[in-house]
Amino acid sequence: MDALLRVTDLKKTFGGVTATDGVSLAVDKGGIHAIIGPNGAGKTTLIAQLSGTLKPDSGTILLNGRDITLKPAYARAKLGITRSFQITSLIMDMSVLDNVALSVQSQSGHSFRFLKPARKIAAVRDAALGHLQQVGLDARADMVTSALSHGEHRLVEIAVALASGAQLMLLDEPMAGLGADEGAQMIAFLKTLKGQRTILLVEHDMDAVFALADCISVLVYGRLIATGTPDEIRNNADVRHAYLGED
Amino acid sequence: MPKLTRNGWVTLIAMATLAVLPPLLLWSGQPFYMDLASRLVVLAIAAVSLNLILGFGGLVSFGHAAFIGLGAYAVGIPAYHATWGGFELVASYNGLFHLALAIGVSALYALITGAISLRTSGVYFIMITMAFGQMAFFLFQSLDVYNGDDGLTIDIRSELPLINLDDPLQLFILSYLSLAAAMILVKVIVNSRFGMVLQGAKGNNERMVTLGYNTYLYRLVAYVISGTMCGYAGFLLGNFTTFISPDMMHWTRSGELMFMVILGGAATVLGPILGASAFVLLEEFLSSWTTFWHLPFGLMLIGVVLFTRGGLMGLFKGRGR
Repeated sequence: MDALLRVTDLKKTFGGVTATDGVSLAVDKGGIHAIIGPNGAGKTTLIAQLSGTLKPDSGTILLNGRDITLKPAYARAKLGITRSFQITSLIMDMSVLDNVALSVQSQSGHSFRFLKPARKIAAVRDAALGHLQQVGLDARADMVTSALSHGEHRLVEIAVALASGAQLMLLDEPMAGLGADEGAQMIAFLKTLKGQRTILLVEHDMDAVFALADCISVLVYGRLIATGTPDEIRNNADVRHAYLGED
Repeated sequence: MPKLTRNGWVTLIAMATLAVLPPLLLWSGQPFYMDLASRLVVLAIAAVSLNLILGFGGLVSFGHAAFIGLGAYAVGIPAYHATWGGFELVASYNGLFHLALAIGVSALYALITGAISLRTSGVYFIMITMAFGQMAFFLFQSLDVYNGDDGLTIDIRSELPLINLDDPLQLFILSYLSLAAAMILVKVIVNSRFGMVLQGAKGNNERMVTLGYNTYLYRLVAYVISGTMCGYAGFLLGNFTTFISPDMMHWTRSGELMFMVILGGAATVLGPILGASAFVLLEEFLSSWTTFWHLPFGLMLIGVVLFTRGGLMGLFKGRGR
């Protein structure tokens, strides 16, 4: 399969701490690639470098064979990378629909358009509502975002990511803080995206990872110690030692 | 007839009062109130312009008075040279030239200071905009040609076609229509796709960047629009007071503009006008009552901030919200 995202020898240090230590990985088109690792392994730092909010010290990031290492975050979003956040990051004082609509709007050229009322542009509003339907939140569309529950916020994050039309979705712990039912719902929903979108998933919830991922990479102290199918990872001695805590 | 919301009614009534009351008072032999109303309306334009970036953009600019000063000096300096000679390039009484100069200089100043200030955020943004405002203040204070600190008297007002600014009523009508236009402009911008991006960046800038918006650029454009509008208010204020001094640019003036926006209700279309009205009227009547008028004034501000949600506009919101 083609690699949509190819990362080569990525390095990032903060003072004396090496957060990303020569990471190389390839994410195949249409699959779900999970990154797991203990707390402080540098997972979120890695996501931040892929989405462009942090600049790596060295190494390269290719998207569809195109070098995007030095592109700023907003430019990467235009090229087809979107991310969700570990801690819900929505525009809380706007309506749920506005949040998703801004994501749709970002896909149709620049927004230096001053005259037409944004909330009356049917194409944008309908598309946004469609994505809310996909995650089952269309009934909440007109509510102010801050009024929704945590589980619903996580789903709105996914709707925003879907609406951006991005090929590559970087999902930073979409399960964080979800109850058992909500978690199962989220897993079922992410499964339906297989084949349509490419997902790079950072997740602590091992049930979710093993249920969803086609490929798993294990990050420990900024270094990838193994990459393989879920079965290979489950049986890898280094991983069991470093991560699953077994001798 | 389209159905008006509660805010719509409040806006309509407030604006109608503002339009009708001052001319009535003028005709009943109270020209003083006409003066007060003109000052109020001109300051309201400045507050409306500040609200675009402060209220809707979340960018707390503490140097907005500089734009008022630039707009006023764009009237004063050409008029000064037209009267006393020198600096042939700008010497003129032509109001359209003054207007173009006020808008051009404000836009350029906004572009340069905005491009630098917007690289920061939060408290740093407040401090750097204030620093730029003070730079403008000290620059004009040091210009001895224009009497520095003592200020400049405008002997002849801007000459405009059709309108005679020497007539207080005509000056008021021009200012009032400008205020209405500024309100409509801000409302249209805020509801547009551009306005959505501006408000989105206020709510969550990182999110907007990861959605692909170069929010720096959107904010810069908003800053320039706001500064230009405020420069226009300065053009009117110069013609109104016919006396301009660096004091118009002092940081305390910028503070007063912020005060109007916050007192009236930030991020609402009518709020800055209510705020400017409250400010100008209170200043007038409290100061005629006691020299220590700042004290009751400050207490009222504290009261409004503590007990209403979203300034004076918050008083008109329905209960249970």
